[in-house]
Amino acid sequence: MREKLEAIRAAAVAAMENADKAEELEALRVQYLGKKGELTAVLKQMGKLSAEERPVVGQLANDVRAKLEAAIEARAEQLARRAMAARLLAETVDVTIPGAPRKLGKRHPMYQVLDEIEDIFIGLGFEIIEDREVELAEYNFTKLNVEEGHPAREWTDTFYFTDDSSILLRTQTSPMQIHAMETRPLPIRMIAPGRVYRKDEVDATHSPMFHQIEGMAIDKGITMADLKGTLNTVVRSLYGADTVTRFRPHHFPFTEPSCEMDIQCYKCHGAGCPTCKGEGWIEVLGAGMIHPKVLEGCGIDSKVYSGWAFGFGLERLALGQYKISDLRLIFENDVRFLEQF
Amino acid sequence: MDLSRNWLHEFVDLTDVSDKAFNDEMTLSGSKVETVRREGAEIQNVVVGKILEMTRHENSDHMWVCQIDVGQDKPIQVVTGAQNQRVGDLVPVALDGAALPDGKTIAAGALRGVASNGMCCSYQELGLTDHDFPHNTENGLFLLNRDPDLAAKRLKAGEDITKAIGYNDTVVEFEITPNRPDCLSVIGLAREASATFERPLKLHTPSVKAAAGGNIRDHARIDVADSALCPRYTARLVKNVKIAPSPLWMRERIRAAGMRPINNIVDITNYVMLEYGQPMHAFDFSCVDGGHVVVRTAKDGESIQTLDGRDHALNPNMLCICDEHKPVCVAGVMGGANSEIVGDTAMVLFESANFDGVSVRRTATALGMRTDASSRYEKGLDVQNTLPAVERACELVELLGAGEVVDGVIDVFPNPPEPTVIRMEPDKVNAFLGTDIPAAEQYRYLARVGIRAAAGDAPDGAADVLVPSWRGDVRALCDLAEEVARFYGYNNIPNTLTRGETTRGGFTETQRFERALGASCRALGYDEIITYSFVSPSYYDKIRLPDDSPLRASLKIRNPLGEDTSILRTTILPSMLEIVSRNYNYRNKSARLYELGKVYLPRADGLADEPKVLALGAYGDVEFFAFKGAVEAILRAARISNVRFEACADNTAYHPGRCAEVYAGETRLGVFGQVHPLVCANYGVETEVYAAELKFDALYETRGGKPEYRPLPKFPAATRDVAVVCAESVTVGALESCIRAAAGEILREAALFDVYRGAGIPAGSKSVAFSLVLRADDRSLTSEEADAAMQRIVAALSEQFGARLR
Repeated sequence: MREKLEAIRAAAVAAMENADKAEELEALRVQYLGKKGELTAVLKQMGKLSAEERPVVGQLANDVRAKLEAAIEARAEQLARRAMAARLLAETVDVTIPGAPRKLGKRHPMYQVLDEIEDIFIGLGFEIIEDREVELAEYNFTKLNVEEGHPAREWTDTFYFTDDSSILLRTQTSPMQIHAMETRPLPIRMIAPGRVYRKDEVDATHSPMFHQIEGMAIDKGITMADLKGTLNTVVRSLYGADTVTRFRPHHFPFTEPSCEMDIQCYKCHGAGCPTCKGEGWIEVLGAGMIHPKVLEGCGIDSKVYSGWAFGFGLERLALGQYKISDLRLIFENDVRFLEQF
Repeated sequence: MDLSRNWLHEFVDLTDVSDKAFNDEMTLSGSKVETVRREGAEIQNVVVGKILEMTRHENSDHMWVCQIDVGQDKPIQVVTGAQNQRVGDLVPVALDGAALPDGKTIAAGALRGVASNGMCCSYQELGLTDHDFPHNTENGLFLLNRDPDLAAKRLKAGEDITKAIGYNDTVVEFEITPNRPDCLSVIGLAREASATFERPLKLHTPSVKAAAGGNIRDHARIDVADSALCPRYTARLVKNVKIAPSPLWMRERIRAAGMRPINNIVDITNYVMLEYGQPMHAFDFSCVDGGHVVVRTAKDGESIQTLDGRDHALNPNMLCICDEHKPVCVAGVMGGANSEIVGDTAMVLFESANFDGVSVRRTATALGMRTDASSRYEKGLDVQNTLPAVERACELVELLGAGEVVDGVIDVFPNPPEPTVIRMEPDKVNAFLGTDIPAAEQYRYLARVGIRAAAGDAPDGAADVLVPSWRGDVRALCDLAEEVARFYGYNNIPNTLTRGETTRGGFTETQRFERALGASCRALGYDEIITYSFVSPSYYDKIRLPDDSPLRASLKIRNPLGEDTSILRTTILPSMLEIVSRNYNYRNKSARLYELGKVYLPRADGLADEPKVLALGAYGDVEFFAFKGAVEAILRAARISNVRFEACADNTAYHPGRCAEVYAGETRLGVFGQVHPLVCANYGVETEVYAAELKFDALYETRGGKPEYRPLPKFPAATRDVAVVCAESVTVGALESCIRAAAGEILREAALFDVYRGAGIPAGSKSVAFSLVLRADDRSLTSEEADAAMQRIVAALSEQFGARLR
């Protein structure tokens, strides 16, 4: 009997170690350990053994059972590992095949630039205001100290809706300053972006509709030094912390003193190159201290309050930032253009 | 304004200031330098040569072989085809390796077998014209000794030609802002340069001998009928005029300033305009009928031929200088051909007048001729400048020997203005600029530009200051602050952060919503576009807008650039379709576009309501429900609830069977659908196009608030499918509403999963199947409860729509 058990163990373990499939292993389990299995059959004959032999052989039989179970388990684990490896191999993909296309829409490049500017000013505690585009000449010109007879008021320059030149498409974002001064409590710190219109034929650098952004701060004791400090902060956020700037006297009817702000050419660092037309500097914006006449015209006491204002064209900034060569692309809205940004 | 450095140095000595320093300093004090050009810079290695010997060319019947002294050890041999030269003449010689303005370079070589070591030049080859050198002729060599002024210079062989003929000036082009017409002159810029570099300004007071005898009043009478348009009219008379070329020095300066020398009298008027900034006009006085000058507006029907040979009809808005019968000059713009200075002009009347700037500009614009004179007048000139200018002109007449000046000046100046006096307050200037400039220093800056304390010496504190007549732009303390800042240096003003009360700032809720709406569109793959606010009236036809639609009432631009941009849009759809069709025409396979743009609805007061509309447009790889899915996603992202869609068959821009009005509760949000094929055809697009127009204000009003967390389900759900057969006319939306109402609150989801027509379903009917999720929050639903709900649903569908279970 001992020999029989030993023979079963040897045969079974050998068979199990060679089993190639889970089903084969299961068949072997049934063959040896099942109710009608070979080991079970041997054990059924235990009754015939003597009392002394019975515990010894019983112990042996249990050992054999344990060994077979362990062999099954070990082999099962082996087979599972092999199966997983095979599956993973079978499932391998070529990772260089492109992903399924998912299109994300794009913010228009000009508004990306606007977002950047808005975020800078929001961080400085400014508000963003908007206002009407169909405007009274009074707001677009008169209250901004642009006198009757000024060339900008001519029908060759400005779009009008009335024969008496009283209603027009705003030619600048500056009338929003007037609305803000008339309706908002002081102090004011705001920027005002928007569409503006001038009677220019479409070409690579002109468009009858374009965008400006206007900024203004009014409070007691605002100085030209404040204007410079704020604009330097903003321009360095836009163009980089090491941007070199300069201010030049200029003329705008609604500011006095007025200035233009230049940045040192980022290509040649002031030496002069085609980007800066040899000047070494690139003009970025116009600004100044709000003319006392403008403040007074809006009911603000210019002896108590002062303010600064600036303005610039967004298109030119966007064209520069993205190296776009032709303004027409901005309004053409070709998806091949839009999706580059 | 083109400024000759040589001319400038007559008034301010800046000969030691480099181009770069000059340009930088002038720019930073407010006179922006645009470009700098050095005359004759392209001319290299061209010298004065003296012809020593001329022999015929052995192989040519017209060429000459010349031996020329060019200042070297030995004469050089040059072959030329020119015929006008003689032995002893001085000519420009381009040596071996020379460069000429047209880009030509000269190399030693041989002409028909005879060595030629350079080229003799005409003035054209040096980039000059007969206006510059009227004593020479176009054909042939530039004979330097033929020009009396050059002859007088006793030029030496070998001298650099540009220096020899005065073609080596540096010309600086300034951008002059419209508030500074005084700087459209050499003297004006000299004042700025003198202030900028703190160098003395050397001005000259003209003096006229007037030796002709008699008085201007014996010959001329001047009446100014409109002193508002002509505040001052100053004139002097010259007789025994001898028209001739002006001298070289005058021609050089006129050329450097970008004008053409003509003859002595005309050149004097231009010279004085350039020097003083005061436009002048010279009349042939014999052509002024009755010797009577009348400054008046033109009468209807009058006309004039101007000096450029063009005929113009005049109108009563145009100021003219007339004689007793006819206009002889358009005031401030251009003279008439009828009184032009010609070769035999014997008597000249110099006009130096002040005209209203706006009137001159409008006249010049109306006549389509912006001249050097009108572009100065239009900015408003110094009324005090007319007399010195006319004196200077007469002084030059005497200097050039161009005629004899008659004694006396006629100066019609009825209302001389009071000088401008401003209270200068140095403390306030500092407070305004954010600086700490001592008062005395501030007064010194003002004095540099001629603004001086009325009482004399610069005081310590506030004082009245007198503004010179040419600084019409300085009217108030803020203008004085700018003068101080200019010479203190804008870049020396400190940089401080804006002080004062902290402001709240930040985006408004509307602005945040706008940004979020855009982000939703982009997440769905839509690119943002920017379209023009103005459209063509024909665009309304293109979108098939009914003739009686109120949207056809648009704001109309009275002076549009063209029909295409002549009205303000009342609907955003045509703008979107323009861009769709453009992309389609560019062969882009598909496009998904959005714009949050304004429409402009006319108001009774002439202005417009300007609400924003969110427009979507799509073509290529899109169908109705994919597009609707995008619209729904946008609404969901805005947490707009109670959204419903109503079929809309009467919006003529859209497909009548594929268009829906969108509502949130009772609020109409807008419309979307497939664009009508006829509209697509109008845009030349041969594929399905989808569009949506959603009103921003309505979206904003119906937006959901902050979301509130709802506990996740604790109890299992029962799912049931229901499929019913109903008439075609019953909508899925109606069936769904009915199911929701009948099931009650335990129905958590009702998802359409099939609409079927065909075998087994009678014609005119369809089978509609929903998958339903039933769940209670507080217990596991029993199957009895679920079954009961299903029975209620089936009964209600049957009752309302005659639908039967499939």
